Amino acid sequence: MSSVQEASTETTEVKEQKEFEGDADEQFGESFGADPTRYTFYRDRKEWADLEPVPQDDGPNPVVKIAYSDKFADVYDYFRALLKKDEKSERALALTADAIELNAANYTVWHYRRVLLQALSKDLREEMKYITNIIEEQPKNYQVWHHRRMVVEWLNDPSEELEFIADILSQDAKNYHAWQHRQWVIQEYKLWDKELEFVETLLEEDVRNNSAWNQRHFVISHTTGFSDPAVVQREIQYCLNQIRKAPHNESAWNYLKGMLQDRGLSSQPGLLEKVLELKETHCSPYLLAFLFDCYEDALEFSSQKENTEQEQKETLKKALEICELLAQEKDTIRKEYWQFLGRSVKNKYGGDGPSVAEEAKPSVPASETS
Amino acid sequence: MSAQLKDVIIKPDAPSSLLLDKHADYIAAYGSKKDDYVSKSVSSSVLVQGKMDTINVDKAVEFVLSCMNFDGGFGCRPGSESHAGQIYCCTGFLSLTGQLHQLNADLLGWWLCERQLPSGGLNGRPEKLPDVCYSWWVLASLKIIGRIHWIDKAKLRRFILACQDEETGGFADRPGDMVDPFHTLFGVAGLSLLGDEQIKAVNPVLCMPEDVLQRIGLQPDLLS
Repeated sequence: MSSVQEASTETTEVKEQKEFEGDADEQFGESFGADPTRYTFYRDRKEWADLEPVPQDDGPNPVVKIAYSDKFADVYDYFRALLKKDEKSERALALTADAIELNAANYTVWHYRRVLLQALSKDLREEMKYITNIIEEQPKNYQVWHHRRMVVEWLNDPSEELEFIADILSQDAKNYHAWQHRQWVIQEYKLWDKELEFVETLLEEDVRNNSAWNQRHFVISHTTGFSDPAVVQREIQYCLNQIRKAPHNESAWNYLKGMLQDRGLSSQPGLLEKVLELKETHCSPYLLAFLFDCYEDALEFSSQKENTEQEQKETLKKALEICELLAQEKDTIRKEYWQFLGRSVKNKYGGDGPSVAEEAKPSVPASETS
Repeated sequence: MSAQLKDVIIKPDAPSSLLLDKHADYIAAYGSKKDDYVSKSVSSSVLVQGKMDTINVDKAVEFVLSCMNFDGGFGCRPGSESHAGQIYCCTGFLSLTGQLHQLNADLLGWWLCERQLPSGGLNGRPEKLPDVCYSWWVLASLKIIGRIHWIDKAKLRRFILACQDEETGGFADRPGDMVDPFHTLFGVAGLSLLGDEQIKAVNPVLCMPEDVLQRIGLQPDLLS
């Protein structure tokens, strides 16, 4: 029994080998010949004999000349030949794939490939498969993402995009290109619906993912906006929750500050109190910096709040104390910056102390009790 | 939950002095590898300065400013995450077009100086690891906007020096990693900006020696 099986297995193997060789000849022309592992240079392929290869012109005095491999130079010599002739053919398309494999950053090749795809009316669904594979291999390349965008635009079909990008992000959650492509797809095809949910999933996995926080801002500013107080309250709550989980989180604090800085940090009901509370148990340089921003905001808009001069002085004192604390103890690496802030705020809002030759913007109303 | 920032630890035996001769040898010997890195900002800047009249500068400035984000930084496109590399391109561009006054230098300066981690190294975006090339992108940007004193220079210098490879010469992205010409350039350029006297003064906008630019009469704007 087994001998019969073995015999048929051998036969199958030999048959497969022959089929492979045969297919190889058909698929690759004579690029592999009888031995599928031997590569044939374009200059040695008889079906390319009609083309004169064009060497790269580095000019008369090349500086830091790149030492291309034989294979590289050969492919690109023939690429230049095709460009020169403006040839639009299947063999040209096949060559662009070789050129891309050698240097996927060569945008001239990508451009030409796109010209060929159009001229030869190629199946763009196949091209999507191709570009998907390339991006999976080289996800941090500009040209491959741009190419994908072009194909999606031609097909006018973004249906694979969100899932594909999610897959790339699962390998590197901060891939800048992936996020950019995602923003384009969402904005172009109005796919806002589930994006906030997606962002929250990513933040569950890594609350420090700055790209995800940026995406949160992107989604909200393009949908509900931040003018609705209910949205702002929700976002404040969300931020504070995340901060409780991971206090030393620059992204969460940046998001909070970024969202509120033009909307009046000090006028958010209850926010200052919550931050002061957090200061006791979840302090960080970011929290202190945020507190400073609150105090500065309060000083800036004191005229609207009818603060007394005493309240102003208190707020200024607290602001200066924070700067001192940060500069001397909590964030000494940025000492210069905190001292700069302290000086700025003192010059602007302080009546006491030595005068400095800087213009103070009049923001404190004339006091009634002097 | 960890209160630790993402950062590297510099080992006590990391290089602590500038190994200039080693780096010269490294670069001289570097000939057989393919160049993967495209110097986007530098080449485009040089091109732009020679042919400024062929582009619509107002429109270009408008676009760059539209890439400013809620945190004061710049992304690649409107809405894209703030990124030190992009910020370098934007500040360099605004310098070349005489539009630096359009920046909020205090806000941007703050974002940039926040890139410095306890190890002294600089990252390119919040919550990412430090990388020697950001010693250039961030530092040069700070220099352009007149706030280079907002980072701790001594700590940054220590980080950059720790990225050297004592055996082969050259700089890596972070201590202990493999060196390459890209990071070597930015390590050296970063040290120059920090005032290392063994290295020629480098221009922060064009990443070229100042004496070369003086020779051709090019002095891009910087904020003070």
